[in-house]
Amino acid sequence: MRGVMAVAIKELRQIRRDRRSLLILLFIPVFFLFLYGYALNFDIRHVTMAIEDRDHTAESRALVAAFVQSAYFDRVATVDNDEQVDALMNRGETRALLVIPEGFTRRIFRGEPVDVQVVLNGDNANTATTVLGYVNGVLTEASVKLGGPVRASSVGVTPRVWYNPELRSALFLVPGLIAYIATISAVVSTSLSIVREKENGTIEQIRMAPISTLSYILGKTIPYLILAEISAFLIVLAAMAMFGLPMRGDWGTLFLVLTAFLVGGLGTGLLVSTISDTQQTALQTSMLLAFLPVFMLSGFIFPIASMPVFLQRVTTVVPAKYFLIALRGVVLKGLGLQDVLMPLLALTIFAVAVVGLSALRLARR
Amino acid sequence: MSDPSLTPAPAVIQVEHLSRTFGAFRAVDDVTFDVRRGEVFGFLGSNGAGKSTTIRMLCGLLAPTSGRASVDGLDVGTDPEGVKRRIGYMSQRFSLYELLTVEQNIDFYAGLYGLTGERYQRRRKFALDIGGLAGRERELARNLSGGWKQRLALGCALLHEPPILFLDEPTGGVDPVSRREFWRLIDDLSRAGTTVLVTTHYLDEAERCDRVAIMHFGKLAALGTIAELKSVFADRPIMEVRGPDPVGLMAWLDQSPLVEKTSLFGTAVHAVLKSAATSVDHLTRALTGAGRAVDSLVPVVPSLEDVFLDVVDRLGRAGGEA
Repeated sequence: MRGVMAVAIKELRQIRRDRRSLLILLFIPVFFLFLYGYALNFDIRHVTMAIEDRDHTAESRALVAAFVQSAYFDRVATVDNDEQVDALMNRGETRALLVIPEGFTRRIFRGEPVDVQVVLNGDNANTATTVLGYVNGVLTEASVKLGGPVRASSVGVTPRVWYNPELRSALFLVPGLIAYIATISAVVSTSLSIVREKENGTIEQIRMAPISTLSYILGKTIPYLILAEISAFLIVLAAMAMFGLPMRGDWGTLFLVLTAFLVGGLGTGLLVSTISDTQQTALQTSMLLAFLPVFMLSGFIFPIASMPVFLQRVTTVVPAKYFLIALRGVVLKGLGLQDVLMPLLALTIFAVAVVGLSALRLARR
Repeated sequence: MSDPSLTPAPAVIQVEHLSRTFGAFRAVDDVTFDVRRGEVFGFLGSNGAGKSTTIRMLCGLLAPTSGRASVDGLDVGTDPEGVKRRIGYMSQRFSLYELLTVEQNIDFYAGLYGLTGERYQRRRKFALDIGGLAGRERELARNLSGGWKQRLALGCALLHEPPILFLDEPTGGVDPVSRREFWRLIDDLSRAGTTVLVTTHYLDEAERCDRVAIMHFGKLAALGTIAELKSVFADRPIMEVRGPDPVGLMAWLDQSPLVEKTSLFGTAVHAVLKSAATSVDHLTRALTGAGRAVDSLVPVVPSLEDVFLDVVDRLGRAGGEA
């Protein structure tokens, strides 16, 4: 235990003196959140829309008004036939077309379901999907207003979006950002701090001393765990303030999930340090081992369900995937500990495995 | 320094047929020797000769591939942790934390060895004294110059009062005055009973050791006191020849039947003669008879450098035949 304390105190003193690292650990994450939070914005406003109103009634005009007033759509043209639409679409002057059929009002008053036609430019599938979401949202609202005595489902389909009813991408992205940023501080700072000792030869001096590899690892990682923990909570608080991230679950569960993920990250950093001899290699290896999976394979940006089957299998061993499941569950859905036990278990297994593996590698002589 | 008039001190380091391979490379190849208590034992050899690998095995840091070694009675293969408690280690990199102050460095190493209370205070003072750093406790280690760093590192390595001290090229990058001061410290330690095993490639440093082991390509090429090592030249006198054309002189001497081999020392040529019967006059006549201009020709006492080159030369030829 004395070895753990000696190493931990030494590490904290070094970090305190090393202003740059401290800044990277504590404040750059929040800055990143700010930057990525605004840059990685999939929300789409002011979609250009052409209107083809074949009904010409007060109700059909009210539906058009509902689209325009939603701020998601800008009316750019009024058309009467499909040729005009083709021309507008081809010139990129409109991304969407709304066709209100003849007899729209009559059928509403009869209480029959009515389909309006919406044509979307599908050249960017992500955008199209998002726009379709808006269309459905506007239709749902409009059907309530128009219907009066009529059933709410009278116009089109009614998707219900839970947890993030406005489909704000910030709420979806922030958990991913927390994973990404926590990975930076955990993997990079740990691997760099050990590789720096390799470069300076101090690690050899420590290995000559009668302290166990485990004591060294604990003493080395505990300060970074504390810092990464503080940093991660700062990100959550900043996300709540900047992006209105709700915190629906309890903080204790969040702490457990976060700790399991961070220990895995610190373990990955240890592992990186055992295979790198220079800080540069350590940084590059960290990128490859930590960043790519977090960005590409965790469901941060690209939904796992839409990946090829092979890649879906690969994501089984990506800890960030489980972290995101648990984190989104706790933060957005308000899930409790018993609901996130499975991802928590997966994170714990990964953490134990990677710390154990790097301990074995460090102890080798 | 050990006094040979007393009964020989017991061996504190015993090495028997020690080998270590890395893949196909034999870094240390069947090395056997022992080191007695209070002795300053030098390891001499060029880079890659196996000195550091040997030390790392003796420190319990590297497991031997074969053979065995014990330090203060403990086997390095089976009880490396016990060995670590009994040794101090300092390398040429001085292993200080640049971002920590002098006293924080001392604190850290004291913590690793579990020094507390009165003992910690006493040893802390010792480390500051040996480093000459009393009053500079709060200075950052990175602001110390080479010699100060070296003495602070030595102080840190000695905090837990180890009976055996390993120094791996301890004077690299240090000015000559600091080097001399450092060796004075080593002599003091040795007199106080600490056994010191030091690797170096400075021949003048090796001359200060009680005994010297010369390593070459992983093998122990020679071992003994300086006098013993130099005795290989007892029946092969060395002549120092100076003349206007040293390279031409060397070429002529090399093919002379009187000369075993030559080497260049600055602008002079050292010629090892095949027989003690060859006199200065004899060689001078042979040279002038061949029309070679000679300014001076005198017998010289062999230096450790002569010994080292001789050992390396013989081992190289043996290796070439194998």
